[in-house]
Amino acid sequence: MSNVPADLKYTREHEWAKQESGRVRVGITHFAQDQLGDVVFVELPKVGTRVRAHQTFGVVESVKAVSDLFAPVSGEIVEVNAALAQKPETVNQEPYAGGWMLVVAPSDAAEWEQLLTAAQYEQFIAEGGH
Amino acid sequence: MRYLPNTAQNQRAMLETIGVGDIEDLLVKIPAKARLARPLALPPALAESDLVRHMRGLAARNADADGFACFLGAGAYDHYVPSPINHMILRGEFFTAYTPYQPEASQGTLRTIYEYQTMIAELTGMDVANASIYDGGSSLAEACLMAASITGRTEVALAAGVNPLSRRVVETYVDGPGLKLRDVPSPEGVIDIDAARRVVGGKTAALVVQSPNFYGCLEDVAALAELAHAAGALVVVVADPVNLGVLEAPGRQGADIVVGEGQGLGVPLSFGGPYLGVFAAKNEFVRRMPGRLVGATVDLDGSRGFALTLQTREQHIRRAKATSNICTNVALCALMATIYLSTLGKQGLARVGELSTAKAHYAAERLGAIPGVGLRFAQPFFKEFTLKLPKSPERVAARLAKQHILAGLPLKTFDRKLADCLLVAVTERRTKEEIDQFADALAKAVA
Repeated sequence: MSNVPADLKYTREHEWAKQESGRVRVGITHFAQDQLGDVVFVELPKVGTRVRAHQTFGVVESVKAVSDLFAPVSGEIVEVNAALAQKPETVNQEPYAGGWMLVVAPSDAAEWEQLLTAAQYEQFIAEGGH
Repeated sequence: MRYLPNTAQNQRAMLETIGVGDIEDLLVKIPAKARLARPLALPPALAESDLVRHMRGLAARNADADGFACFLGAGAYDHYVPSPINHMILRGEFFTAYTPYQPEASQGTLRTIYEYQTMIAELTGMDVANASIYDGGSSLAEACLMAASITGRTEVALAAGVNPLSRRVVETYVDGPGLKLRDVPSPEGVIDIDAARRVVGGKTAALVVQSPNFYGCLEDVAALAELAHAAGALVVVVADPVNLGVLEAPGRQGADIVVGEGQGLGVPLSFGGPYLGVFAAKNEFVRRMPGRLVGATVDLDGSRGFALTLQTREQHIRRAKATSNICTNVALCALMATIYLSTLGKQGLARVGELSTAKAHYAAERLGAIPGVGLRFAQPFFKEFTLKLPKSPERVAARLAKQHILAGLPLKTFDRKLADCLLVAVTERRTKEEIDQFADALAKAVA
């Protein structure tokens, strides 16, 4: 059974997003890391890069696949998880905690409302998640 | 792979299946003027012994480095190819058009590639080398794309001393991604540092320096690396690995990526290829590297083994986001280089470099003493130098070729300002007699 925390929002590409005093922390879901298998590399953009909602911001590599990472919201990247360079397995071990990927200063508050709720995301993955 | 013939009956069945009346109907899109309207005019078949005689006759019309004293270089050099190379590469396990990379079936091949990578990394002074790319030109082009991808910048500064043939490969490669090439002039045979400072800036992904450069001159790589790094650009050094038994490794002069033509490492001239693209980089850039990489690992029983590694960089997994289009290597040529370096050893490679540079300097002295002839650039050189002639270099070269001397490369085609120049290379294979004969013949030709 997948772990889908109720206080987060989600994308159909399996990223989670968390509000933190006006900023948005981003990672991939428990379901995503489970589907990928052992994560061996995470390619993240530099701080200061601008991302747009639904556009790719990086790439996650596992032993069996390479997947694009999609931004849940638009804005400027203010923080990236540099620790993943040395310990990419953190994405598997704690996808919602130490496995976070970036923090965005959002430029369009309305986008937050477009994201899936935990209930919607749970239903989405129950239907196959594609 | 077997050749599968098809009979008239097979053809009819296939045409019927796809609903086409005649094979000709499949070719209607080809303009009539582009098609041969008659059968190929082939002579009747020859008996094998007659065919061998015919082919030998054709081959004898070539001017090759065995029948001629070869002073041609410009990227491909007549270094000696030790006999173990040909003996070993002809083994059936190696001599195949397809490189088997499957670890369960190809430990021998993978191991030779791993050894090759190790030797190249050591020679270039870099952390990691790939399994090789097609040739020096494609290695350089891939390095430019890699630098742009690492830095997110859009310009590449190319020194005028970069081999113009490699430069043309780079032009082809960077056209699609839209990178801009900027020239760094070398009016006196080497990069003008002040000019480099003006060209290299915030948009520069990499400064590309070849040393020794196309004209044979040694560049101040360390100073150029410092300048490029200060601007946040990477440094790509083009080097001839044969020289690195004597010359300082580019990795210790500040290079971020080292590429080069590895032909001199035991790969025969073969009238232009196949050759060996050397590619090495710092470890921090390994995930941006193009091409195949063989890594050492352990199997289930804990025994050492070899397998392709970091394949997620590659096209068959990462598709459009791959670091490169290259999903192969020139394994047989890389094997030649591996056997070459193993056969010569550290001392042997250093000796090849010492002999080449000593003979080149002797040749430069002899040739430069001819009235009207002189070195074009007052710069340190290694095994190649640019000679200024009082008469047309094309005519001089043609005249010496009749005496079985390949005098060098006239530079007019590459740079109009050097229309009176001849690029002369001297390897360890040239004897004192050959150099003296060359000097005598040149003296007569320009008198």
